[in-house]
Amino acid sequence: MDTSAHDVLLVGGGGAGLRAAIAISEFNPKLSVAVVSKVYPMRSHTVSAEGGAAGVIKPNDTLDEHCYDTISGGDWMCDQDAVELFVREAPKELLRLEHWGCPWSREPDGHVAVRPFGGMKNERTWFAADKTGFHMLHTLFQTSLKYPSVRRYDEWFVTKLLIDDGQVRGVVAIELMTGRIQAILAKSVIICTGGCGKVFPFTTNANIKNGDGMSLALRAGAPLKDMEFVQYHPTGLPFTGILITEAARAEGGWLLNKDGYRYLQDYNLGKPEPTPVLRSMELGPRDRLSQAFVKEYEKGRTIETPYGHVVHLDVRHLGEKKINAKIPFVRELCLKYQGIDPVREMIPVRPVVHYMMGGVSTDINAATPIKGLFAAGEAACVSINGANRLGSNSLTELLVFGARAGLHAAQFASEQKEGNTAAILAQAIDEKRRVEDQFLNKTAGRESISTIREEMQKAMEEGAGIYRTHDSLAKAAETIGKLQERFKDIAISDHSHTFNTELTAAFELSYMLDVAEAIIACALNRKESRGSHQRTDFTKRDDEKFLAHSLVYRNADGSTRVEYLPVTITRWPPAERVYGK
Amino acid sequence: MAKTITLEVARYRPEQEGEPAFENFDVPLNKDWVVLDALNYIKDKLDGSLSYRWSCRMGVCGSCGMMVNGEPKLTCATFLTAYDPGPIRVEPLRYFPIVRDLVVEITDFMSKLKAVKPWIVRDEEKPISEGEYLQTPRQLDNFKQFSMCINCLCCYAACPVVGLDQHFIGPAAIALAQRYNEDSRDQGKEERMDVLSQHDGIWGCTFNGECTRVCPKNVDPAGAIQQYKIKAVTDWYKSLLMPWGKK
Repeated sequence: MDTSAHDVLLVGGGGAGLRAAIAISEFNPKLSVAVVSKVYPMRSHTVSAEGGAAGVIKPNDTLDEHCYDTISGGDWMCDQDAVELFVREAPKELLRLEHWGCPWSREPDGHVAVRPFGGMKNERTWFAADKTGFHMLHTLFQTSLKYPSVRRYDEWFVTKLLIDDGQVRGVVAIELMTGRIQAILAKSVIICTGGCGKVFPFTTNANIKNGDGMSLALRAGAPLKDMEFVQYHPTGLPFTGILITEAARAEGGWLLNKDGYRYLQDYNLGKPEPTPVLRSMELGPRDRLSQAFVKEYEKGRTIETPYGHVVHLDVRHLGEKKINAKIPFVRELCLKYQGIDPVREMIPVRPVVHYMMGGVSTDINAATPIKGLFAAGEAACVSINGANRLGSNSLTELLVFGARAGLHAAQFASEQKEGNTAAILAQAIDEKRRVEDQFLNKTAGRESISTIREEMQKAMEEGAGIYRTHDSLAKAAETIGKLQERFKDIAISDHSHTFNTELTAAFELSYMLDVAEAIIACALNRKESRGSHQRTDFTKRDDEKFLAHSLVYRNADGSTRVEYLPVTITRWPPAERVYGK
Repeated sequence: MAKTITLEVARYRPEQEGEPAFENFDVPLNKDWVVLDALNYIKDKLDGSLSYRWSCRMGVCGSCGMMVNGEPKLTCATFLTAYDPGPIRVEPLRYFPIVRDLVVEITDFMSKLKAVKPWIVRDEEKPISEGEYLQTPRQLDNFKQFSMCINCLCCYAACPVVGLDQHFIGPAAIALAQRYNEDSRDQGKEERMDVLSQHDGIWGCTFNGECTRVCPKNVDPAGAIQQYKIKAVTDWYKSLLMPWGKK
């Protein structure tokens, strides 16, 4: 079997992965770094992030206020030591990106400009117009090209983590161009594969967001943390799910129901003012805004369209000049994909699955419980996002914890000797056989990939959406269990070794089914309402029982179990979340 | 039955076929569908073996560039109704080797991208503790449009010079070089000029402007090439007239 070996291996080449690669190279240029990504790095989903990246830099702002906003925004589920570290590192990381050439938007005097964002008490969101993720990703990718120790495996698809004696030793991956299955060995591995929005039918997430890394870690024995917390962004375009950035509201956009009424005032989010007020109304946190939409729908005050009910996001009063300067991508997306011009028309929007607060459980150094295995970015859960992430914290998170994962994985790799290569290779050969027998050369099979995927997505939306109950979740659990069984009878018509995307679609579906199970297991067990997890049968937050992270494991028989880990509280004791005051 | 439209899709499976051939698929003519939605319909419902790249479906990841009726397009931003009553011919991007079906080989482009040193080059790095490099909005505007390239490669598929000379470094790479050259924080212009000068193909550019015309992100690679040529010629004159001076 073909093998190659490196010091540190990254699964995923988006923002977190590239930041980690650079951190490793700067720590020690002699360390060999492998970036294994199923797409060319500049295609990674970081590219779609729009609004900005939070970091305290202006004299009127403080680190403590950024901490408080994040912790209250997360409904006290964030680990406060992690938040403090994150907030402290944030400005340095954003400055580093500035030095690498990121085209941040500027003040007239040349300083970096910041904008307000939802749930934030001060203006602290750095932005590059409304293509912040795009510019960050391209800056990181282009900068990574100058480090000769970074070896990219572009368009390689990982099928398994190799674990021996409780320690990670590399991965098995398929080179898409040739179909070659190879063992890529490493002394430490970082999972930075992003989120899993495609588990749901209506999402801002790209086609590649299938929870690959989450499932790989779960199968390797690592727990996932806080998977019940799924963020619905309040403003997605109907049908496509394309995100209309929170920056549209931060710059002054209004959310209106069918009567043209700024309905958020009815949901304890403050009073409507003509210009944006921080931590109020349209600048409330995402969970509360998405929940308010559902209530408006129930009151019959939303607008029916062929692609579900919507409300209106109105930015017309901002004027063409401001729209072009501050949110040009919003206009471009509306014109190209919705056929409307936000300068003259209101934008139809509805809540859309956007982000996973949960992920592979890590400590503050990005380490998982498996020796040598690290995780960063949306794929990971440190946790700084708690039960609801604030807009503009995730881009910063992938920098802060990408760099941290890189550093700690590099240190770990430096201390390791070669593992038991024979045992690892035997495992890799078994995996190669599994890929060939159960997927590539599989001739029998009656189930369609797209049918199982659609049924999974429908079950998740119906059972584990914005509002959940025991019954809805139990039903979803039953459906996903059946789909897992049916998956074993999957039909694969394509047996080609050349760029076989039916093969990768089958693997992605298997990853998503695992992640769906994990989400439901955590949601069923959490008998309270907190942040993005709203149970209609347990409507109150219950700090006595549930001020704790869910840790979901996979048992040897394939079933899941959920354990709990107390939340770390340092200086901000649990309190009521207050907005609009 | 609802109205349909025919897609003539280029198929090429190197293990089965000696050369590409077209296969026809009828797909629903949904007014909200783009060409990419039709390809996804084919893959999900008609033929799971069709291969193509796609990801974000919002025109920013750059994966889904293909030839649509002979024009390089982002298929996620190209509506079916624009081609009613059809047929719509979908082919892989022109001038690239075909890997399979609609997937092209782009490793050569990736090495060209790296060749222009697309990163900030400085004699001396400022410590992070000293804060940001100041850059006024006007200085940002000098390079901003060149930074908008999503590497979709539509410009390569439109460029007659790329078609004639595979060594030509190409519109997107030159635009990217210019993106860093014009960045007030950068000091690497001369290094990059040396790289670009080694690629004779640039002088073959006839300024037909196809690269700029087809760019889905309104980047102006033709403008970047123009700027580059003027700079190169000026440098060359300077080196003749003032051989003792710094370039």
